[in-house]
This record gives sequence, C-alpha cells and structure tokens, in this order.
Amino acid sequence: MKVHLTRRYIFSASHRLHCDQLTDAQNQAVYGKCNNPHGHGHNYALEVTVSGQVEPSTGMICDLVDLDEAVHREVLDRFDHVNLNVVPEFEVTVPTTENLSAIIFQILQRNFSSAHLEKVRLEETAMNSFEYSN
Amino acid sequence: MVYLTRKCEFSASHYYHNPDFTEEENRRVFGKCANLNGHGHNYTLEVTVKGDVDPKTGFVVDLKELKEILNREVIDALDHRHLNKEVPEFATHIPTTENLAIAIWNRLEGRLNIARLHRVRVYELPDLFVDFYGEA
Repeated sequence: MKVHLTRRYIFSASHRLHCDQLTDAQNQAVYGKCNNPHGHGHNYALEVTVSGQVEPSTGMICDLVDLDEAVHREVLDRFDHVNLNVVPEFEVTVPTTENLSAIIFQILQRNFSSAHLEKVRLEETAMNSFEYSN
Repeated sequence: MVYLTRKCEFSASHYYHNPDFTEEENRRVFGKCANLNGHGHNYTLEVTVKGDVDPKTGFVVDLKELKEILNREVIDALDHRHLNKEVPEFATHIPTTENLAIAIWNRLEGRLNIARLHRVRVYELPDLFVDFYGEA
C-alpha cells in the first residue's frame, strides 16, 4: 500500500528580488516592491511530501525523526533567519519562492533517502504557495 | 470530472507497540508513542470523491448521503475510541496515521453510490498528515 506523508515546517528569511542582467527600471517594473533595496522578509511554511510502502512491522513509511533531522539539518539550519540573497545557493539565482522550492527539493533529494521524495510545497504568505516535484 | 472534499474531525487515543519487538526496540522505533498508557489526538479527516456532475441535480455526490456514510463507517467507529483496543483493524496493525488512512479508505470504498473515492487525507497534527489514494 503506497502512502504519501506530509510534514510541515516553518522558517523565516529575508530576500530582495533583483536580477543583475536587468536595468534598475526593469527590475522595478518586474519585481515591484520586492525589489526595494533593503529587502523584506517572510515566514515561510514548507511542506515536504514523501511516499512509500507501509512497513508492516512499524506501520510507517519512514522514521519521522529521520525526516525531521534531514529537514532541520539541510533546510532549516541553512535558510532560517538568514538573508537568502547572501547564501551560496542564491549567488547567481534570484531568491524567488519558485527557485527556493526547487532548491529545497534538490537539497532534500540528495540528503534524504529513507522514503521517496514526492514534492515540496512552499508558502511564502498565506495567499501564495509554490510546488516543486520531479 | 469534479472533485469534492468533505472534512470532519474525530478524537482518539492510541499507542504504537509491536509484540515481535523487544521493549527496547519498541522504545527505539516508536519513541514516546510506545508508552503503553497511550496518548491521543484530534484528527482531521478529509475525504475527496470524484465523479461527473449529475445534470439533474448539479451534484457530484449527495452531501447528506456522504455525511451519513462518513458518520456511520468512520466517525462512529473511531471518535472517542482507543484505536488499539476498540477498532478491529488495529488488533493486527499498528495504528499509525499511515495505517489509519488505509483503514478509513477500506471502510469507505465501495460504499459510495455515485461518486468514486479519490483520496483520504488524515491530519494527526496540523503539521503532519497522510494521503492515501488506494494505490497498491
């Protein structure tokens, strides 16, 4: 029986959306207030969905502690209470939530193997969210 | 094809214990969930059905009927119960949220007259939920 399990995590970070290949006027036109020079922040809510067969002896598809440890170590320790623009992952990439969700998926895919990674869903605010899967 | 989701809540207690494991293994695998005195949750259940809209009624399913089936097959059996001791499925299966989603699917499948069951989602906590689509 294949089951999907989703765990939700919160982290807070700041960012500024700005593309070096665009002029200041173009950046302002494309990103609006997200381009304001000193940045701004969000409380992001991250949902990580994994899937797998239920192991009969435990009733679980993976150990939740393993998932929590991987997400804390690889995602929350990296992105919580930081300015996304200065972390290595966004050296050349604009820290939109689209890009952040894809990067988190790729990081978890490399670092969590107890169950199949199905999807990450990232809420930037209560009004908008982004999903990334392979 | 339209998907309709009905939400309801139930509260139940459980513990995780595999009699084939030693006590030390049970504690290591299940952590504080292995405490045999049990603990409880307010579960939120979302049941999604799918089907074509009936041109006469504009419904994909009769909501009153869906609610009655949910109450009879799921809520009456699980709400304010001890899952390990009072729900037959968990005499042989550990009452994890994974197994709970499968058990609820099995209780509902085949009992919906018009619409087909699409997904059972069970929230154990606001930050932890399981989806089952009836996949093998």
